Amino acid sequence: MKTHFMRKTADLTATAALCCCMAISTAILGASLAFLTSKGWGALTWEFITEPPRAGMTEGGIVTPIVGSVQLIAVSMAFAFPVGILTAIYFNEYAADGTLTRLLRLAIRSLASVPSVVLGLFGFAFFCSFLRFGVSLLSAGLTLGCLAIPTLITAAETALQNVPQDFRDASYALGATQWQTIYRVVLPSALPSIITGGILCVGRVAGETAPIMFTGAVYFSPGFASSIFDTVMALPYHIYVLATAGTQIDKTGPIQYGTILVLLALTLGISMTGIVARSHMRKKL
Amino acid sequence: MDGAKLKTESLSMAYSANAPYALKDISVDVAENSVMAFIGPSGCGKSTFLRCLNRMNDFVGGVRVEGRVLLDGSDIYAPEVDVTALRRKVGMVFQRPNPFPFSIRENVAYGQKLLGERNKSRLDEIVESSLSSAGLWEEVRDRLNEPAVSLSGGQQQRLCIARAIAVSPEVLLMDEPTSALDPLATARIEELVRELKKDYTVAIVTHNMQQAARISDATAFFLMGELVEAGPTTGIFTTPSDPRTEDYITGRFG
Ligand SMILES: Nc1ncnc2c1ncn2[C@@H]1O[C@H](COP(=O)(O)OP(=O)(O)O)[C@@H](O)[C@H]1O
Ligand SMILES: [Mg+2]
Repeated sequence: MKTHFMRKTADLTATAALCCCMAISTAILGASLAFLTSKGWGALTWEFITEPPRAGMTEGGIVTPIVGSVQLIAVSMAFAFPVGILTAIYFNEYAADGTLTRLLRLAIRSLASVPSVVLGLFGFAFFCSFLRFGVSLLSAGLTLGCLAIPTLITAAETALQNVPQDFRDASYALGATQWQTIYRVVLPSALPSIITGGILCVGRVAGETAPIMFTGAVYFSPGFASSIFDTVMALPYHIYVLATAGTQIDKTGPIQYGTILVLLALTLGISMTGIVARSHMRKKL
Repeated sequence: MDGAKLKTESLSMAYSANAPYALKDISVDVAENSVMAFIGPSGCGKSTFLRCLNRMNDFVGGVRVEGRVLLDGSDIYAPEVDVTALRRKVGMVFQRPNPFPFSIRENVAYGQKLLGERNKSRLDEIVESSLSSAGLWEEVRDRLNEPAVSLSGGQQQRLCIARAIAVSPEVLLMDEPTSALDPLATARIEELVRELKKDYTVAIVTHNMQQAARISDATAFFLMGELVEAGPTTGIFTTPSDPRTEDYITGRFG
């Protein structure tokens, strides 16, 4: 029989262990943020985010990769959102619960764990070569979309599953068809959490390098992409380039850390926008 | 009986090919502009029966329905029947209030919007008249754009009734509509049901025998998927012809 003292000790130990782990996680986050900020803060000026790179990336700003990243996100989401949501609707609302459905679900779950560099090479082979989209904003955006789709499907499916059966019953009992019920009741109810899932995907997609480095992102581009068949500069790839190809580290170093801060701000900004949109939608419901 | 709005003839139903019958050979008439109560211990098939009347059981894969369900004399299970049109004619109110996560107005307007009604003033009219018929208009007229979930449980259930009424049904099916409500809210719904029979034919499931006695014109008593006895409510409660009915209403089992 355990004594009161032993139970109390076990309780204290567990609490201490939990606090410790929490402290470690927080410290990692805090330290990396502090490190990046101290290194990159000096580079952050208005010119830095409004001017293109100059003199072999040793001077100027990063507006070209910022715009390029935004364009990539836009293309990838335009592709991934409809495909992801519609696939989730198919699985959750239409597909019969059979072996085939289960296999397909498993396939999609596995797709989520394909390393991004593999997806990048697939994108190169499929979008650039096979579909003849070339090395372009379109190919890179689609490849990033492929990366986002499995997560989006899972997020959307969970959201759809959480819509109470009561709502569907009420809709059908009023003479709605299946599609009307999905479109007018199920989707609007699920949308806030689908959007949350989508935001996380955007954050992930915005920071990926491997899927775009073969398919559409370039080392340097003199201007913005004006068509989806142009190449683009992108923030994560720009960081990669600065960190690996630079010979004048004293000059490129601050730019590199400045770019990292901008990339973090971008992904954080996207998340904040999504969270605000979500709470707004919650209020409306 | 002629003049039956809704009538079942030897209705049997099983949830799947090899499941036992959940309903066995049920023949019952619901007279037009009356309230018919369906009582019986839980699990005896009351909800199943009700959901046969607007074909909500169609969603359960593999159900077997035998016999006929006649609405104004025509079989609702006939192959040419448009199920969505049927469900507009035969509205349903559920056990738990289930308003959509929309505004009060949008909840009531939902059915009309499905039908393609876009005219705002026409929709406003329907919203007002439906809420009035459900006895909710005075309470919500100034807050139509607020979320339906901000209403109390009893108000939500009356909202669901308004939502059902808004598509001008002929029959209203209610499955224990007061079981999740407090006594005061229950009394309001009961009063409402008595009002509603002027315009609609009502079939209501209840496990509360006092409620059946208070609000219904006719009562049917179910036991283990079978119809034990059906007839005018006063008769069932004063001089039941089957000893099992008597046992149930005197509380000897249930
Ligand atoms: N969707 C379903 N699938 C299979 N069996 C069901 C389903 N719904 C109800 N049943 C069964 O049918 C019988 C009658 O249930 P129900 O109609 O809900 O009874 P009541 O409403 O009188 O309590 C019960 O034995 C129940 O288990
Ligand atoms: Mg029931």
